[in-house]
Amino acid sequence: MTIDINPDLYAQVPDEHGRFGIYGGKFVAETLMSALAELESLYNDLKDDPAFLREFDLDLAHYVGRPSPLYEAARWSDMIGGGRIYLKREDLNHTGAHKVNNTIGQALLAKYMGKKRVIAETGAGQHGVASATVAARLGLECHVFMGEEDVRRQALNVYRMKLLGAEVIPVTSGSKTLKDAMNEALRDWVTNVDNTFYIIGTVAGPHPYPMLVRDFQSVIGREARAQSLAMTGKLPDALVACVGGGSNAIGLFHPFLSDNEVAMYGVEAGGKGVETGEHAAPLSAGIPGVLHGNRTYLMQDENGQIMHTHSVSAGLDYPGVGPEHAWLKDIGRVNYVDATDTEALAAFHRVTRVEGIMPALETAHALAYAEKLAAEMTPDQHVIVNLSGRGDKDILTVAEIDGIDLGAR
Amino acid sequence: MSRLGPLFETLRAENRRAVIPYLVAGDPDEALTVPLMHSLVGAGADIIEVGVPFSDPMSEGPTIQKGHERALEGGTSLLSTLALVKQFRETNVETPLVLMGYANPLERKGYAAVADACAEAGIDGLITVDLPPEEVAAMNAELQRQNIDNIFLISPTTSDERVATITAQASGFIYYVALKGVTGAGHLDTDAVEAHLATIRQHTSLPVAVGFGIKDADTAATVAGCADAVVVGSALVDLVANDLISGGSHTSAISGAHSLISSIRNGVNLATSN
Repeated sequence: MTIDINPDLYAQVPDEHGRFGIYGGKFVAETLMSALAELESLYNDLKDDPAFLREFDLDLAHYVGRPSPLYEAARWSDMIGGGRIYLKREDLNHTGAHKVNNTIGQALLAKYMGKKRVIAETGAGQHGVASATVAARLGLECHVFMGEEDVRRQALNVYRMKLLGAEVIPVTSGSKTLKDAMNEALRDWVTNVDNTFYIIGTVAGPHPYPMLVRDFQSVIGREARAQSLAMTGKLPDALVACVGGGSNAIGLFHPFLSDNEVAMYGVEAGGKGVETGEHAAPLSAGIPGVLHGNRTYLMQDENGQIMHTHSVSAGLDYPGVGPEHAWLKDIGRVNYVDATDTEALAAFHRVTRVEGIMPALETAHALAYAEKLAAEMTPDQHVIVNLSGRGDKDILTVAEIDGIDLGAR
Repeated sequence: MSRLGPLFETLRAENRRAVIPYLVAGDPDEALTVPLMHSLVGAGADIIEVGVPFSDPMSEGPTIQKGHERALEGGTSLLSTLALVKQFRETNVETPLVLMGYANPLERKGYAAVADACAEAGIDGLITVDLPPEEVAAMNAELQRQNIDNIFLISPTTSDERVATITAQASGFIYYVALKGVTGAGHLDTDAVEAHLATIRQHTSLPVAVGFGIKDADTAATVAGCADAVVVGSALVDLVANDLISGGSHTSAISGAHSLISSIRNGVNLATSN
């Protein structure tokens, strides 16, 4: 596949209206418009401010533990017998996932705005934990909205958040998963907009969130690009990352977008198979629409109602996707593919056993696709997979699927 | 042609305020909607706001969320809502009807098709919660083509500058959201409402309706002191739901709704009679 896209295009999005082509925007109730304008204006002032960037970088270095390593999964690559697989080890970050890069950045914004209360939505609980962590560190009151279904399947993360001093609010409306948690967080924000900063966990939501979350997560790709050049003397042939809302994928992809020779694969949750309708793959099988403040691909029915999604991983169980991904799909820069629950679970077990690295179930979707991709590549080629999070939180889920009773509940 | 302009002219001439009940189309089933609407008119409603059910009603409090969920369980959609409106219009061609909902069901059908279908069904105005002025241009053009009013929300956090931008694009009336929060929440600060309404009126001569937080005749009467219209949503949705859950029939739900709106009508009339 050859890509022939003007490399200057990516610096032009989002435009001043927060749009990526036809996607993005600010589709929210009037009450929130002033808060979004305030955030946008503050961020525009700070994003190139050396003092702000230094504070962010120091936190990433000394609190998060960056840079995260780029690791050659030699044994796994040998077994596949094709291209070499390198893992960008975001699982080694403090709190165990890429999510903390963004919460560090947004907590700094909250501090600059003088907000004493933060709220967050969470699916798998990783963003909730990362938000509760930065809130504890800055002494902020923290409320995390989490679908009741996810509270059940991510019990360990729920308790972690409570230990960190956050209040976890189970959301019982709708499908009781991530989308409903986001609805409830927006309802809280509209009510407490004066004293509350909403830490959105992914590259979705109204402008400027998709832009600022992308900017905070792009540290992943910047590091990976330099590490690839240092370790192999060249850029990777391909990048692979899982896509729920899409923050770890954008973080890895964005600094490589202008490198037309680097192929990119965003892996959505195929659930029980995209053809069954029980999945969470809006880019593969959705239609553009408006939800949670932005226009993007959505899983929706013919009446515009948002459909229930299914994925073994709570963090990918979302009917929408960040607007920049929608745009990258339409212009043909990134290939969006899917991995099923079964494929993800197989990759989870394989990488755990072969590399001694236990990935999050979200990440396992990317690993499942990377395995197929590497098999078609030659040994002089290499692919970087974003190992976006560690799998400790998923042990109970995996045990349940494998029919093992750990007596934990 | 929208019925809203002429209605508010008449009301102004008579120094009366409008009462606007809100219901969710198809809540709890489609058989209730049209008889309920007629009953509300009989109780003194001047305009009816018809909620279009949506799976993710982000600005609604728990009461109206449940109304949306009940309606969706019964399969009510934008198109079946418009079919109910048409049925209402068979015997009432005077009462203005306003659709209130969210952008995605409109986007899915396409703005042009929505404007045509609304005009054909007899809709006078649209309120789309998540289409602020920044995102509304495409839909506004289609509504104007069909002479349907686009009704904007203004909130306590809307700056003076934005009030000017919004009122420049608005028609029909302005919907002032009386509190920061979701529908059915909290308590009204009527002094603050009065101050905000004064600001809005510096920018527009359009009528201003006030909603969110009006629960009964007393709050309605207080708000009617400064607003052109009062919107009653959650209190009505709650009453209909409770009646049906407790084993009531459609008949008793309709009569309960009738007494609520009658008492609000009386409260509003008293507030403007002296």
